[in-house]
Amino acid sequence: MAALETSRGTTLRNAFGNVFSFFILILIGVLAFSIRLFSVIKYESVIHEFDPYFNYRVTQFLTKSGIYEFWNWFDDRTWYPLGRVIGGTVYPGLTLTAGTIWWLLNSLNIPLSVETVCVFTAPIFSAFASWATYLLTKEVKGTGAGLTAAALLAMVPSYISRSVAGSYDNEAVAIFALIFTFYLYIKTLNTGSLFYATLNAIAYFYMVCSWGGYTFIINLIPMHVLLCIVTGRYSSRLYVAYAPLVVLGTLLASLVPVVGFNAVMTSEHFASFLVFIIIHVVALVYYIKGVLSEKMFKVAVTLILSLGAIVCCAVIAVLIALVASSPTMGWSGRSLSLLDPTYASKYIPIIASVSEHQPPTWPSYFMDINVLAFLVPAGIIACFSPLSDASSFVVLYIVTSVYFSGVMVRLMLVLAPAACIMSGIALSEAFEVFTRSIKFQLPGSSVHSQVDVGVKSSENSLPQNDVAKTDKTEDTLKERPSRKNRKKEKEPVAVEKPSVRSKIEKKLLVLPLEASIISIFLLVLLGAFYVVHCVWAAAEAYSAPSIVLTSHSHDGLHVFDDFREAYAWLSHNTEVDDKVASWWDYGYQTTAMANRTVIVDNNTWNNTHIATVGTAMSSPEKAAWEIFNSLDVKYVLVVFGGLVGYPSDDINKFLWMVRIGGGVFPHIKEPDYLKDGQYRIDSEATPTMLNCLMYKLSYYRFVETDGKAFDRVRRTEIGKKHFKLTHFEEVFTTHHWMVRIYKLKPPKNRIRGKTKKSKSKSSGTTTKRSRSGKKNPWH
Amino acid sequence: MGMGSRLDLFLLTIAILSGTVLSDLILFKVDRRVDLTSQVVRVTSTLKVENDGTNSVSEVLLAFPDNQVKHLAYLTVTPNEGKGKSKHSANSFPVEVVHPKDMPPALTFYSVSLPKALGKGESSTFDVLAVFTHTLRPFPEKITQADIQLLVFQDSAYFLSPYAVRVQSLSVKLPDARIESYTKLENTKIHGSEIKYGPYENLPPFSYSPIVVHFESKQPFAVAQELVREIEISHWGNVQVTELYNLNHGGAEIKGEFSRLDYQARPHIRGASALRNLVARLPPRARSVYYRDEIGNISTSHLWGDSKKTELEIEPRYPMFGGWRTSFTIGYSLPLQDFLFQSEGKRFLNITFGCPINDVVIDTLIVKVVLPEGSSDISVSTPFPVKQSHETKLSHLDVAGRPVVVLEKNNVVPEHNQYFQVYYKFNSLALLREPLMLISGVFFLFVACIVYMHADLSISKSSASYLAKLQWDEVQGAVQQVQSIINRCLAIHDKLEVSLRDLSRTGDAQSCKAARKAADASLKELTKELKPLLGFLQSSQQAAQILPKVENLVAKEKDLQDRLLAKHSTVVDCYEKKYGGKEIENRVAQHQQKINALRQEVDDLLDFIDEI
Repeated sequence: MAALETSRGTTLRNAFGNVFSFFILILIGVLAFSIRLFSVIKYESVIHEFDPYFNYRVTQFLTKSGIYEFWNWFDDRTWYPLGRVIGGTVYPGLTLTAGTIWWLLNSLNIPLSVETVCVFTAPIFSAFASWATYLLTKEVKGTGAGLTAAALLAMVPSYISRSVAGSYDNEAVAIFALIFTFYLYIKTLNTGSLFYATLNAIAYFYMVCSWGGYTFIINLIPMHVLLCIVTGRYSSRLYVAYAPLVVLGTLLASLVPVVGFNAVMTSEHFASFLVFIIIHVVALVYYIKGVLSEKMFKVAVTLILSLGAIVCCAVIAVLIALVASSPTMGWSGRSLSLLDPTYASKYIPIIASVSEHQPPTWPSYFMDINVLAFLVPAGIIACFSPLSDASSFVVLYIVTSVYFSGVMVRLMLVLAPAACIMSGIALSEAFEVFTRSIKFQLPGSSVHSQVDVGVKSSENSLPQNDVAKTDKTEDTLKERPSRKNRKKEKEPVAVEKPSVRSKIEKKLLVLPLEASIISIFLLVLLGAFYVVHCVWAAAEAYSAPSIVLTSHSHDGLHVFDDFREAYAWLSHNTEVDDKVASWWDYGYQTTAMANRTVIVDNNTWNNTHIATVGTAMSSPEKAAWEIFNSLDVKYVLVVFGGLVGYPSDDINKFLWMVRIGGGVFPHIKEPDYLKDGQYRIDSEATPTMLNCLMYKLSYYRFVETDGKAFDRVRRTEIGKKHFKLTHFEEVFTTHHWMVRIYKLKPPKNRIRGKTKKSKSKSSGTTTKRSRSGKKNPWH
Repeated sequence: MGMGSRLDLFLLTIAILSGTVLSDLILFKVDRRVDLTSQVVRVTSTLKVENDGTNSVSEVLLAFPDNQVKHLAYLTVTPNEGKGKSKHSANSFPVEVVHPKDMPPALTFYSVSLPKALGKGESSTFDVLAVFTHTLRPFPEKITQADIQLLVFQDSAYFLSPYAVRVQSLSVKLPDARIESYTKLENTKIHGSEIKYGPYENLPPFSYSPIVVHFESKQPFAVAQELVREIEISHWGNVQVTELYNLNHGGAEIKGEFSRLDYQARPHIRGASALRNLVARLPPRARSVYYRDEIGNISTSHLWGDSKKTELEIEPRYPMFGGWRTSFTIGYSLPLQDFLFQSEGKRFLNITFGCPINDVVIDTLIVKVVLPEGSSDISVSTPFPVKQSHETKLSHLDVAGRPVVVLEKNNVVPEHNQYFQVYYKFNSLALLREPLMLISGVFFLFVACIVYMHADLSISKSSASYLAKLQWDEVQGAVQQVQSIINRCLAIHDKLEVSLRDLSRTGDAQSCKAARKAADASLKELTKELKPLLGFLQSSQQAAQILPKVENLVAKEKDLQDRLLAKHSTVVDCYEKKYGGKEIENRVAQHQQKINALRQEVDDLLDFIDEI
């Protein structure tokens, strides 16, 4: 009778614990969603930055024209006159996701605009990502660690930076897909279920759809499999987890147009096939070992080893020959720069010119993952006691992602989930040790465990009251119930067991009461600090949409909305088919917001084209006019921050234009623009610099604003102040002069030389012009 | 004027029109005032009509050339009740287009019905307000940023009328600026910014004398090529108005450069006629006002209001020069009770037709009134003719869609900003439909969850593996029960240990004995409970693997129990016999060792079973 009652009590408690952790998870989801809304509240519901504008435009096209049109979409409004096959060159995951959400809502008659859906896709998927983190960590170290890791991930600044509302970029959904794929892999590994293996392949497919970073998965998982095999952890579960993933995953991945045959042909995927072969060999060996007797087995080993070695050598030789025959060894530029961090800066200036491809600095680690950086080592240690398949995977994950994050700032994003998982494990282990210590040292603990929980929670809430700030306790709130809840889950099996047993066995782990209380207090403080930092980062550092700038001055908030002013002007006051030339940074925004054809955009697929624009910008006016005219350009857009002090303007990016232009057209030489190796625009600058188009378009009539032409970004007076434009005319300049738009003047009746020139010829003349320009400076 | 001369004039008129006079009216006095200060040309004519014939007349004809009629946006005739009375009195006379016979071509006639027929010799005075759009033409058509916009106005110095006009005068009011040129006729006077023609006397019908005025104007021409106003009624207390503007500057187009520098340095010289801002006068208590375009919020706007009105000052993203375009959206919410009323079992919406921004000419105005889902018997009453159509709109959680009344009108000027009414029937209960839908949706979700949790979705219920699984579940349950019993036993052991400790502290043997007694009883009970479980496990095939372990566990536990009890009784004995601490320890040591070993084994076994 009593037994029945206890079992009922335990199921009730069990159910209570489940419901409790369910609600905690919902709260974590709400937290993950709402912490990303600062951008909407502080600014407005608008798409951010550059790439998201492209994704937004693609989504608009998708919702308007349907999926089939989307696959076949040839975009003629960009990369004029080449165009771009969008359907075949874009990772469609994000677009399809947002398109599906939009379609679903609209079919339920909830009329949200495509823009709104796009803006809120990233926060929604962050909530999903934190749930996926919970699942993954739960598989590794149990519910408590899972909930802690989920709470940490919900607000890790590194992830927030890519997923605030409006940051509609691939990473927003890809991180969720990444974590979820890992979860399913671990789940398959733990259960050996083919069902989960299939799901895993599908999740991997979603990841391939979403982001180029899928290669991380398809290299990390083979590495882990190899690790398991080497450490003698091979099991049928491992086989089930890996083999279907490679077969199904590769088949599915090659369905994505942008990947296609790359899924079997590039070196990024090579590791997975190699390991696929190895695991089969190992499986065979294990099978034979089971079939044969000890002695026979030894004979078989020697036979197969000698045979296998020959075959392997042959296969590897063929592979190496294949790989070596391609110039980049079959690796894409971005992957190569991952393996060799100096590769990009040496060979591909376009990749190196992007700030997010630079290696990070130490402060950026602290900024992006904050206290997690200190908790990670503890988490790794916790993963080793005891080491399981799952925990070894997590350790491998953190180690590789730390390396990758050290190569590119952007890949900090991959590190963040790993750091959260590790820290979640570390925190939960620490809390477990401390609370257990407290529990055993309280009198009468063994009998009155219920009372214990009460006492413990009140003690926990004591430090919490001390740090009674609303936001920062959120984290601890989340941790505490999770731990409590976990206790409850264990309780059905042994109400008094842990107390009794650990009294005997784990006495070593029991810490002094005071030390435990203080440590818990300190940990809570640490968590609180983390929360404060995250909220600050979300609110201040990562929420600016970058198309609207604000500054706080003595008379209140000042808004710089120049970009949209210029784009709106372009979209309303120029012909629909006019071509606008600008540096590639503004390509996506121009096509999306101004709906005008651009020459180059942020999808830097054609280096020569970008170099042509770079050459034009670095050439004197006449040569530039000829280049632009040959490209049918009607308007040239430059971004100029000198009047208001906006630092990321075109003059500051100009050296990259020279470098990229010079990489293709050798008559553009970087030293011509540098005075003694220094980049300057003041009176010491070289004549080439002072005569190039970018300089002129940026500083045209700038001297008349204050009489001195003082550039507030470069903090100097400019070199050449008074000059006229002969081939361009100013047609629009925004309120703060941040965007200036010029129109190419029609060719005059009297033109020296030939009017029509081919591009190569015109660049030939450019050389001449620039040389003569050196002799007698313009005007 | 004598009778004779009037007769002469009459005869003359007859002669000119070759007998086409419709009635014997003459215009005794005509005062025309043309207002050219804004882009809209407002011509106010005060007519004094006199019936010179014998028959009573109630229709007066007004004539306009066809090229003016094209631009005629608004025409109203109101009785003139002397000066100082409001022009827009409610009782305006009905006006309609007529096509009288035998009239000169290229003229359009409007017939004004007087409320009271004019008898012989009677006269009536009324005001005619005609509003024209797009009649002021910029000349030259393209100017640079530094030039000042020049406009041309063309009209007749004489009042064009099918009737003879006795006395007439015309005054043209211009903005306070330079006048480039104007047609000089006799009796032309210039008075400040006003040009006066006349008075002219005794002119025959259809006299016409063209005049041209060419003058400077810095007025920007805000023209909305299309304005879509969507008025959505929610019976939850809200009227949401969304206005989508497609605006351009209809004045002289800018040519050549636009220099921000010049514009910022000398805004009133370089960019004098640029459109900088617009003021929308919204109804009072408007809230949730927004101003945006397709690429996001436009930050340059100001809002202030009092109990009479709400004023929204908006600036386009860029100053608009001639020929430039932009488009934007204004939206605001209004309280329902200010605009929705009930009469005779019907509800009606009473709201203004035109746009809230003054000085905007609208080429095409589309007003859409979105009524709540389930509205019926829809009818519209407007103060002037508009094109009507119906459509449906699907919005939040609609099933059938909301009926939409679409009203379309071309050439809209601020004079059209009058109230119109939309009548419809709506059952208040229909309000609850959507909340109920949501509630039932969530309810069914929960029901589905409950059903899913309780339903057994396994494919086959008779297969061997399923049965095995069921049995295994039972075995597991039994093992768990065994475990919990063992745990409870262990707990009792702990209690005994505690009682021993208490004993050593207090020396109170009685309480220790009592504890022992209680422990004995509960242990016995637990042993009893254990029996059927063990029996079940022994009988079950599935438990074959686990059974030895469980039996082992039970045996060990029994052993442990015995040892402990033995130890307990020894200690209690010792205390009763008042042995020293050392002595007791010696006696117990053996027991203690065994107990520890057994305890360890039991724990290990529990762990092992736990993992299964």
